[in-house]
Amino acid sequence: MSEITLTIDNKTVKAREGMTIFEAAKNAGINIPTLCHHEKLKPYTACRICTVEIEERGRITLDTACSCPVENNMVVRTRSENIDNIRKTLLELMLSHAPDAPTLVELAKEYGADKNRFEKEPMFCILCGLCVRYCNEVKKKHALAFVERGTKREISFIPEIAAKECWDCKECFPLCPTEYLQATYVLMRALIDAPASNSNPGE
Amino acid sequence: MDIKRVDQIIEKYQGKDSALIQILLEIQNENHWLPKEALEKVSECLQVPLSKVMNTATFHKTFSLIPEGQHEIHICNGSSCHVRGAQRIIDTVVQATGTLPGETDENLRYSLKTTTCMGCCAAGPVMMVDGGYHNNMEPEKAEEIIKQSDKG
Amino acid sequence: MPILKSVFELEELRKKILSDKDRNIPCIAICGGTGCHNQGNQRLVQAFLNEVKIKKLQPRIHIRETGCQGFCEQGPMAVIFPQKICYVKVTVEDVPEIVAGVNNNKIIERLLYTNPSTGEKIIHEDDIPFYKNQTRFIGGDFNKIDPNSIEDYLATGGYSAFVKVLQMMTPEQVIGEVKKSNIRGRSGNGFAAGRKWEACLKAEAETKYIICNCHEGDPGAFVDRRMLEANPHGVIEGMLIGAFAMKATEGFIFVGDEFPLTVHNTETAIKQAEEFGLLGKNILGSELSFTVKVTIDGGNYVCGESTALTASMEGRVGEPIAKYDHATEHGLWAKPTDLNNLQTWANIPFILRKGADEYIKTGTERSKGTRSFSLSGAIRNTGIVEAPMGMPFRKIVYDIGGGPREGRKIKALQVGGPMGGFIPENQLDITVDFDELTKAGLTLGPGLIAIDDNACIVDMVKYFFAFLSNESCGKCTPCREGLRQMIKIMNRITEGKGKKADLELLEAIAKVQKSAALCALGKGASNTLLSALKNFREEFEAHIESKQCPAGVCKMPLPAAN
Repeated sequence: MSEITLTIDNKTVKAREGMTIFEAAKNAGINIPTLCHHEKLKPYTACRICTVEIEERGRITLDTACSCPVENNMVVRTRSENIDNIRKTLLELMLSHAPDAPTLVELAKEYGADKNRFEKEPMFCILCGLCVRYCNEVKKKHALAFVERGTKREISFIPEIAAKECWDCKECFPLCPTEYLQATYVLMRALIDAPASNSNPGE
Repeated sequence: MDIKRVDQIIEKYQGKDSALIQILLEIQNENHWLPKEALEKVSECLQVPLSKVMNTATFHKTFSLIPEGQHEIHICNGSSCHVRGAQRIIDTVVQATGTLPGETDENLRYSLKTTTCMGCCAAGPVMMVDGGYHNNMEPEKAEEIIKQSDKG
Repeated sequence: MPILKSVFELEELRKKILSDKDRNIPCIAICGGTGCHNQGNQRLVQAFLNEVKIKKLQPRIHIRETGCQGFCEQGPMAVIFPQKICYVKVTVEDVPEIVAGVNNNKIIERLLYTNPSTGEKIIHEDDIPFYKNQTRFIGGDFNKIDPNSIEDYLATGGYSAFVKVLQMMTPEQVIGEVKKSNIRGRSGNGFAAGRKWEACLKAEAETKYIICNCHEGDPGAFVDRRMLEANPHGVIEGMLIGAFAMKATEGFIFVGDEFPLTVHNTETAIKQAEEFGLLGKNILGSELSFTVKVTIDGGNYVCGESTALTASMEGRVGEPIAKYDHATEHGLWAKPTDLNNLQTWANIPFILRKGADEYIKTGTERSKGTRSFSLSGAIRNTGIVEAPMGMPFRKIVYDIGGGPREGRKIKALQVGGPMGGFIPENQLDITVDFDELTKAGLTLGPGLIAIDDNACIVDMVKYFFAFLSNESCGKCTPCREGLRQMIKIMNRITEGKGKKADLELLEAIAKVQKSAALCALGKGASNTLLSALKNFREEFEAHIESKQCPAGVCKMPLPAAN
């Protein structure tokens, strides 16, 4: 694979063809915040927190670093007034669902996000999809699904599969930025018959 | 729904996973809703995870995962009908049937849906009850039609 | 019908059809588009057939059920050929008199269209202002064609453009004509179709796909589906020409689920084309092999977006994804794919038949040909309008549309659907032109909704947000969460609980949506808001500051007694 040279935050960065801006930046020690990204999963581009400015052939565009492939002579800016404003607003929108989630609170400090800017709706889930995607792509058990669309979109356990698979797995739990996942699982378990198990439910 | 019919529909599309939406559409059109057994059968025969079938079935507007009521009511709330007062028709019908858009009432009498454009804008506001079109709707007319449908 | 194995055989068949059809036999063409269909036109057609049978007039009077004839407000319509006498709002009770009139060459005055401005009765369709002011390159022949009859299409010159292409042109030459015509994407994005075709031809692959996007999710837009329903062969011919030019092997016509008549007519036409050898292997003895299928969509607006459309066709859920290569290289099932809107395809036979030089005589410097719209809302004449590029919207609203309904005034024209905007009445001199509309922050979409002084612009924006929040796939934060919060704010404003800071907050969310959303739906979600704030800010301010809805639409609380 051929070598690519690009600039990220005024720093010359070498990357391989096929890498994303996020990967190239990470290798060069440049941090770009993400929420829905995971190295074992395909880029999902849902949270939009990793949005960066890209200058190419005289044009400036905005795109997600986790998905955008590097190209020669690309000039990338990971911080700017515009980028910071975007991240601040996105965080404020997410904080309206999960105002106390540690991951969000930490990022909020960095970008000056106000958890009270928008009207609260305690859904807790920010639909990063890490749980669904991890179960589909890594564990390949498909115990979780996205359901509905638009503002009604949710994640949901498939009870028949979850009853068999999740008790001894739970690898997705630490991925959840708001701990909504754990709460949902406990609720679901309370509603279905648990399979024969030596462990105590609810742990 | 006769599960054999689901098998036949799947066979018509040679069990291809790319035909998932087309298969669900045919089941929906025949049965007016998608029972859980049908979704499980489709998942099994197409070798598509049930999570994906559920995602597709809940994502696309055409599908209903709850049984339809005896009377299917569709009210157009496209831009043109909206400008001509469709919201008042919707409010009247919600009152008359005790059902919200997208739902079936608990007695399984009415299923109410709003659509985004039935394509008869010249005759709007438009309401369809059990496949029959009613044009140039007004709240009183709508209420009367609902009353009549219950008698018929 | 044996398969036609050569261009010669096709032309012989055309000659036979034209000579069989006695062009002077009266023909009663009854509108059978979805709109009239839903008003019970089947009973009307049956009544005509029965009447002609009873009076034993069958060999002398022909009954033809056509697709949409365009003047929906006056439907059901019956047009009498060859004179094109136009009867409007025809009922079953009128049938015996009409048939007798046709037989005796008598015109029935009471069924003629009355010009509301002059009181004049108009006999011929082409003299009716609604039609007279249009330029009907594509729609003009709809009342001569029964959509379920390939013979009718052949009689009007159908498939002659394809024959010309097959016999006299190379793929490069066809693309040259398409580029010269500068036909731009009729979905509203205005992208030059010729460039897409060229890129698709260059892609080397054994399998290539072309897609006709007839999804038409904009509420209040029904023109694409009506055009397909009225003349499906016209679209098939366009796709055949495209298949020849791009060396494509399979075509798909992507249609929304709620239009059974459109699907029925299209599938019938495909079957007929196959029977006649115009689709399949070695078409008319050439090297071109091409098939077309109808694919029905699960009904979601977002599936009109190209990556969501492709996902939906591949059996995946119809969500947009980030894409970094062009569909013309890796599209449907990773094969080179060309996707064009229905209207773009419908224009192709006309362009190739007349030639690009003729086509570009109509239009403006950078927007050529005609654009078909569905015109509806608070207007006198609802229907399908085909306007030349460059026509002022004012002419469409008043001369073609007949202006506002009795006692009302036009406030604005909504264009571009839920991601479009408003043209206020005093700016209606803006012309039908891709670039002029882009300059004004609008899109040249297919639906035109007339809004009168009875409507509240704030309510309309709220309506569009509700639509988009339900139709959004919900994947990305700025679109989903942005719309969620915007709806809360709009609800507050329309319930008399709006605050001064609300407008700033809406604009702040809009800015982030435009910059950071994943797809065009998210990026365009706030377009109607921004257009409304630009042109009707005072309505928002009245709702917020005076707690009043000037149009009386929003249910505001009564002011407290002093």
